[in-house]
Amino acid sequence: MIEVRGLSKHYGPTVAVDGLSFDVRPGIVTGFLGPNGSGKSTTMRLILGLDAPDAGQARIGGRRYRELRWPLREVGALLEARAFHPGRSARAHLSALAASNGIPRSRVEEVLGLVGLADVAGRRAGRFSLGMGQRLGVAAALLGDPEVLLLDEPVNGLDPEGIRWSRNLLRSLAAQGRTVFVSSHLIGELARTADQVVVIGRGRLLADTSVAELSSRSASLEEAFFELTTGSAEYRGALDSKGRTS
Amino acid sequence: MTTTTRTDGRYRFSHVARMEWIKLRSLRSTWWVLAVTVAGAIGIAVAVGVNTKDAAADLTNNALAGISLGLLLIGVLGVLVMTGEYSSGMIRATLAAIPNRPLVLAAKAAVFGAVALAVGEAAGFIAFFAGGVALPGGIPAPALGQPGVLRAVVMGGAGFCMVGLIGLGLGAIIRHTPAAIAVLVGGVYVLAQFVALLTHSLMAYLPISIVANSLTAVKPMTDGQVVFLSPWTGLVMLCLYAAATLGVGAWLLARRDA
Repeated sequence: MIEVRGLSKHYGPTVAVDGLSFDVRPGIVTGFLGPNGSGKSTTMRLILGLDAPDAGQARIGGRRYRELRWPLREVGALLEARAFHPGRSARAHLSALAASNGIPRSRVEEVLGLVGLADVAGRRAGRFSLGMGQRLGVAAALLGDPEVLLLDEPVNGLDPEGIRWSRNLLRSLAAQGRTVFVSSHLIGELARTADQVVVIGRGRLLADTSVAELSSRSASLEEAFFELTTGSAEYRGALDSKGRTS
Repeated sequence: MTTTTRTDGRYRFSHVARMEWIKLRSLRSTWWVLAVTVAGAIGIAVAVGVNTKDAAADLTNNALAGISLGLLLIGVLGVLVMTGEYSSGMIRATLAAIPNRPLVLAAKAAVFGAVALAVGEAAGFIAFFAGGVALPGGIPAPALGQPGVLRAVVMGGAGFCMVGLIGLGLGAIIRHTPAAIAVLVGGVYVLAQFVALLTHSLMAYLPISIVANSLTAVKPMTDGQVVFLSPWTGLVMLCLYAAATLGVGAWLLARRDA
């Protein structure tokens, strides 16, 4: 369970997140939708305590992220394609993270197999393709077998087979009772993966509803999304002050 | 639901230190820099030894000349331990794993400091003996049993470690590799040249001068008007520099967005 309450954050003059409140429930996949620059990535960073909010707070299972006792065993996050050092092997990267949270070494080999990187685990991760880097990020998120997963654009760079793999993975994680919060700019893909959807624009909440309900508002989920976000359309493609795109 | 029973206890310093040790040892650049540093220290000790003509010179200090030159390398490695995380994005994985940020920097300092100390001491002792062996016939090699010699060799390694930690602290403060290296090189080397010209009294307080002229000196050194710090005062100064940069780095790390 993730609870976001009155979350606000600005970078210089740019308001990235503006009084955002919503819940992400366990047992289902919750999609996080919004045009580029609408504050999706910022919201995820605020939930993870990487950036400090100007106001409001986010709680995971009732606690702030920094209060978690074994963060990786409670929350798994995929923030960007490249949150690893290019000179380090996938195995060393995951081993370091495992050591930090008292996760057994055997789990490293397990997640390497799970994401299909076992054969290249000893290679420098800097040589990985975008899709392989994304798989390494997913492996890191799954490392601690967490109850809560936050995934920012997990299908970015994946081929069609990888996208299907990712969809099945997310659905099975939710079916196990976990909380799965996943952002994507591929609305059609999200419509096939998510049960619930949180839509934001200009850092504000536009909708917090089921995919079925939102789709029924228009001809398709995509149509409904564009109708919702028309007002924040000028944000599409804009960069915030730190050069982030979403 | 498999995780509910596994969340006893919580992460501690030892967990973070283990993570940092795996990170440090799994980068090839770490081993290259350390190997080049040791090889350079030995090479310079031999070169200086072979060319020694004055038996009355501070032969121990001469043999340890390469330690002072290796300061730049260990300082840069210290910078990279921190800025490499920012340039790669690894910092977000690190801080998501361990939200207690001062603890992360403390573990980095402990692990990297221990490695730098071990390598510095090894380089110091090997250079000392290699420099002694390389001396021309007729000039007796200094021995560790002579007054101040063992102290000079041990302190050379300690100074090496401290400059590495100053680099780490600068990396945490500045976050960008080129800028942090520029400040390190400026502070350790370039500034020394200007300060030497302008104010002789400040010269003695520069890190490179402390290592070259205070820590590794057996005989008290003077250079014109400059009176260099005593070895122990010099070591305390270096510790203060390292503590100050790491302290500011930890303070900023805890307050800034990652």
